[in-house]
Amino acid sequence: MESDKTMAVDYKTLKNGGFMRQKQKNNFSLRIAVVGGNLTTENLVKIAEVAEKYGDGHVHLTSRQGVEIPFIKLEDIDAVKEELAKGDCRPGVCGPRVRTVTACQGNQICPSGNIDTYDIAKKIDERYFGRELPHKFKFGVTGCRNNCLKAEENDVGIKGALAVDWKESECINCGLCEKVCREDAITIKDGKVVVDYKKCNSCGRCAKSCPTDAWDTTEAYELSFGGTFGNHIAKGVNPIGLITSEEQLFRVTDAAIEYFKENGNAGERFKFTIDRVGREDFYKKLKEAYDG
Amino acid sequence: MADFKIDDSVDITDVVCPVTFVKAKVALEELDDGQILAIKLNDGEPVQNVPRSIKEEGHKILRLVDNEDETFTLIVQKVEE
Repeated sequence: MESDKTMAVDYKTLKNGGFMRQKQKNNFSLRIAVVGGNLTTENLVKIAEVAEKYGDGHVHLTSRQGVEIPFIKLEDIDAVKEELAKGDCRPGVCGPRVRTVTACQGNQICPSGNIDTYDIAKKIDERYFGRELPHKFKFGVTGCRNNCLKAEENDVGIKGALAVDWKESECINCGLCEKVCREDAITIKDGKVVVDYKKCNSCGRCAKSCPTDAWDTTEAYELSFGGTFGNHIAKGVNPIGLITSEEQLFRVTDAAIEYFKENGNAGERFKFTIDRVGREDFYKKLKEAYDG
Repeated sequence: MADFKIDDSVDITDVVCPVTFVKAKVALEELDDGQILAIKLNDGEPVQNVPRSIKEEGHKILRLVDNEDETFTLIVQKVEE
C-alpha cells in the first residue's frame, strides 16, 4: 500500500512546486523562480545545462518574466531540482498563492525610472512569495508612468513616482520644466516656477530635465489594486494617494493581502472579492494602513 | 540668446529620435570644454527628451529659447568628462 501511495503522482503538489504538466504524458515544464526579470549568468548557465541534459534543449520565456524548462521527465524531477540548486535556481510556483513579482529595470538602469524596482520586487518576493491565498496573486513593479511593466494588470501594481518641490535658489529660469511637463502643470511667471499640484501627476519629468536640479524630490509609489488580465480583464484602480516610504508601502500591501485572505472565496480573484464585499470597505482598510 | 556667446550651432529639426540626440552629441563632441552650442530642435518629443539626454551626458544646459515657430533653441555648454 505504502509503495502505491508513494508511486502515485501527486500532480497538484508538483504544479504547486512549479512543475507544470504538459500535454505529453510524464513530461513537465519546470517553472524557475525569477524576481523582477533578472537572472545572473550563473543562473542562465545552469538553466541551459539542465535544459540540455534533462529537457529537449530549449527554454520558454513566460509572459511574466519567468523561465520554464519544458520536457522534464517525471523520474528526473528530484535530480533536476538538485541540479538547479547548484546554480542558485529554485523552482517557481503556480496555484492560489503569491506569484512571480515582475519589474521593469527601474532607476538603477533606466533614465526614466523613479524608483529602484528590482529592490522593491526582491523585498515583495521575500515578504510574500508563495503565500497561500484564495486565488493567484500578482505583483508588478514599474519605475515610472511610461509603465513598461503594465502595473495595472496586476492584483497589486506599484508605479514609481517623484514628488517635486521647486527650489528657487538653484533655478536658472531656462524654461525646460514648463516645456517637458505633459500635464501643463507648470507655468513660469516673472521668473517663478508655479506648480499646479491638482494637475501634477508626479511623473518626475521636470526634475529629471532640470539642468541645475532645482527641485527637491521624494521617491514615491503609486499603487493600483484589483487588476486582472486573463479570462476577465480589468484595470487595477488607485484609491489612495502617493506613498512616500517603504514602511508605508508595506503597511498598505500587507493590508491588501490580509483583506484578500480574510474575505476572498476560493477561486475568486482579488478584483471580484473587492467588488463583492464592497469597494468602500476595502478602501477604508487601505486608508487606515496608509495613515498608519 | 544675446546673453551667451554661441560658438557653434546645429539644427536637429530635420531628423527624428534617436538621431536627434546623436546629431546633437556629435556636434558637442566637436567643441572644446566650456564652448557653447545652440541646438535647434522641434516641439514635442525632441524638446521633451533631448535636453534630458544632454544633461545625463554631463553637459550644462543654460537656456531654452522658444522661437515661436514650433521650434526651440537649446543653449548648451560643453563639459568635458
